[in-house]
Amino acid sequence: MELFSLGIRSIFIDNMIFAYFLGMCSFLAVSKKVSTAVGLGAAVVFVLGVTVPFNWLLNEFVLKEGALTWISAGLAPIDLSFLRFIMFIAIIAGIVQLVEMVVEKFSPALYGQLGIFLPLIAVNCAILGGCLFMAQRDYTLAESAVYGFGSGFGFMLAIVLLAAIRERLKYSQVPNGLKGLGITMLLTGLMGIAFMSFMGIDL
Amino acid sequence: MSTETLEKELVVKAAEPLLSKRRRKLVTDPLIDDNPITVQVLGICSSLAVTTQMQPTLVMAISVIFVVALSNYVISLMRNTIPARVRIIVQLAVVATLVTIVSEILKAFAYDMYKELSVFIGLIITNCIVMGRLEAFAMGNKPYDSMLDGLGSALGYAWIILTVAFFRELWGSGAVFGVPVFEYVSSWFGPDFSLATNGLMVTPVGAFIILGLIVWVQRTKTGYVEH
Repeated sequence: MELFSLGIRSIFIDNMIFAYFLGMCSFLAVSKKVSTAVGLGAAVVFVLGVTVPFNWLLNEFVLKEGALTWISAGLAPIDLSFLRFIMFIAIIAGIVQLVEMVVEKFSPALYGQLGIFLPLIAVNCAILGGCLFMAQRDYTLAESAVYGFGSGFGFMLAIVLLAAIRERLKYSQVPNGLKGLGITMLLTGLMGIAFMSFMGIDL
Repeated sequence: MSTETLEKELVVKAAEPLLSKRRRKLVTDPLIDDNPITVQVLGICSSLAVTTQMQPTLVMAISVIFVVALSNYVISLMRNTIPARVRIIVQLAVVATLVTIVSEILKAFAYDMYKELSVFIGLIITNCIVMGRLEAFAMGNKPYDSMLDGLGSALGYAWIILTVAFFRELWGSGAVFGVPVFEYVSSWFGPDFSLATNGLMVTPVGAFIILGLIVWVQRTKTGYVEH
């Protein structure tokens, strides 16, 4: 039940886009068509769902203060947490590469859809952000898996909704200066207000 | 004959002043006409979250300037030795190292600020401006030029987020840099008068709307239209 509550919270309330502005670059760049938005969203769900638990293992058994005691008790005072950024980003880049290879091998159709997005994801703030939040909030392994998938779904929901609105927007007359980025930011703000109505839900 | 002209060219090139017109353009172009946020749509992630107040935003802006300028410089020094296939990993390693330095410095000398910015310092690594400038400029240009280019882009980014933070702090909590302006102004009009603050500005929604409006104003002035 705790886990379920965490999942709901990471999708709707602590939404990557509307609460933390993470992954805005791809959110703005790839939200012109619903089909591509679904592709990118799925890739983000997948990569976040895999990397967050993986980085949890890394953090728990290598980086945290006193994490190395499983090797020998004498290593207890070692604190490698200053290496967090560089290790996390290396793991993310590695896993993205691995995912790309696995998908290419076993599902060429999916690879055709996700192909161009996968390399982009390595530098998506949402992935690194998810991992850093996981480390900061001291989640357990199960919690971090749920958090990874949940915030991935939150991102997917936001980008697909925005893409749907932007497809309709093509037929409306927007002032020249507002075209593109301007109107998209205002739209995101309005969607954020809608998402604020989920605030305070506690399961 | 040919070596002579070549030498002449070399001499002319070496004599380019430290801040020639071309180099000044590298710094000033991204401020308005080619602004990374409002025109190139890069780097909106990660730092808008800190713009509820001016002070953390200023720290964030300085950190980004440091990281972008130096990573451009370092990558440009190494640009001929990086194999094309692994360049992203190399770039990420350099950027992550610089960000770790920034984060450790903040932790040592400004711990409160470090706590407040928390994960967002780390997220400079994935700021699209950093990677964008490395790919687009530093991989093909000389170190000093690359550094100026990075400086320009980061400054263009800095003034936008500082503007967003100014309006958000002023309207959201009635202050600028923590100085309670609204309280001061309302005291002129007697004890019963008070200026209301808008709670929406403190939430992320305020940042989206203010940035949208800044983009509108800026693009109307420069006449840039996105299709």
